Amino acid sequence: MDANQHPYLVLALLMAAAVAFALGPLAAAWAWARFYSPAKPGKDKNGIYECGLESKGDAWIQFRSEYYLYAIIFLVFDVETIFLLPFAVAFTSLSAGAFVAILVFLLLLLEGLVWAWRKGFLVWK
Amino acid sequence: MIEEGLKSELQKQGVYVTTLEDLYNWGRANSIWPLTFGLACCAIEMMAASMARFDLARFGAEVFRPSPRQADLMIVAGTVTKKMAPLVVRLYNQMPEPKYVIAMGSCAISGGPFKQGYNVLKGIDRYLPVDVSIPGCPPRPEALIHALMTLQQKILAQKLTGPDRPGCLNAAVPGEFPVPAYGEHDLEPSKNPQIWHPPLIKR
Repeated sequence: MDANQHPYLVLALLMAAAVAFALGPLAAAWAWARFYSPAKPGKDKNGIYECGLESKGDAWIQFRSEYYLYAIIFLVFDVETIFLLPFAVAFTSLSAGAFVAILVFLLLLLEGLVWAWRKGFLVWK
Repeated sequence: MIEEGLKSELQKQGVYVTTLEDLYNWGRANSIWPLTFGLACCAIEMMAASMARFDLARFGAEVFRPSPRQADLMIVAGTVTKKMAPLVVRLYNQMPEPKYVIAMGSCAISGGPFKQGYNVLKGIDRYLPVDVSIPGCPPRPEALIHALMTLQQKILAQKLTGPDRPGCLNAAVPGEFPVPAYGEHDLEPSKNPQIWHPPLIKR
């Protein structure tokens, strides 16, 4: 086994040493915990909440699906603004086709607004 | 086990010998991670102790952990109200062993100036095994550092075998202490008789 014949042997050895360096302490810690320190599980220690309070209820609660409305209205008001600003900046140099295209986009969003309005979602209850 | 004389003689020649116990305790004592846990004004002094002027990091104890799972030391810094006491005990129960408690300030020791208050616990040592108590109202950061050094000496002197071994190696040491419940007039139980041994006053 000559190092000149196997130029990557050193790399392989270094790699093995690096892995051993990383895994060695982990294995030692695992062995120490396994053989010397008794596990003491308990009600509090196994509790999931770490603020001193006891957790209440179930973590598997359902979120209301009506929140999609907020997503739609956010899209109408916020995304529209993002597209309106470059539209306004480039307005004078726009071709007729581009103008119609952005108008269609605006009308689509406006339709969403009209829909939300008619359903009464904009009324503060 | 190597003799102290031989050990120091070898050290003069540049040969350092140690025991696994000393190494283990040396590592433990110099990496005490406290729980981020301030209850009242003492917590301000605790924060000051961890800042640049007093620099708790010199003792390896600057890593204040926000989760009890990662903490070794609970510094009960401030007045423990009866509303808060079950939470304190529960947090202590959630800490992994070996775990230590410093009662910082007169409130944590005995209730301090609020001892007569109906809602104040008269010392956290009623529920938790306190290792070091720091008197003062509030104690200065130097006092907290002194308490930490005292705790370090206590850890360094612990044997890995025998009845005094740290809780993580001792199955007999309870991992959890009973959490008091809110009763009609007081916490129930009002103390943990296994831990709380008030001095008998002889007249």
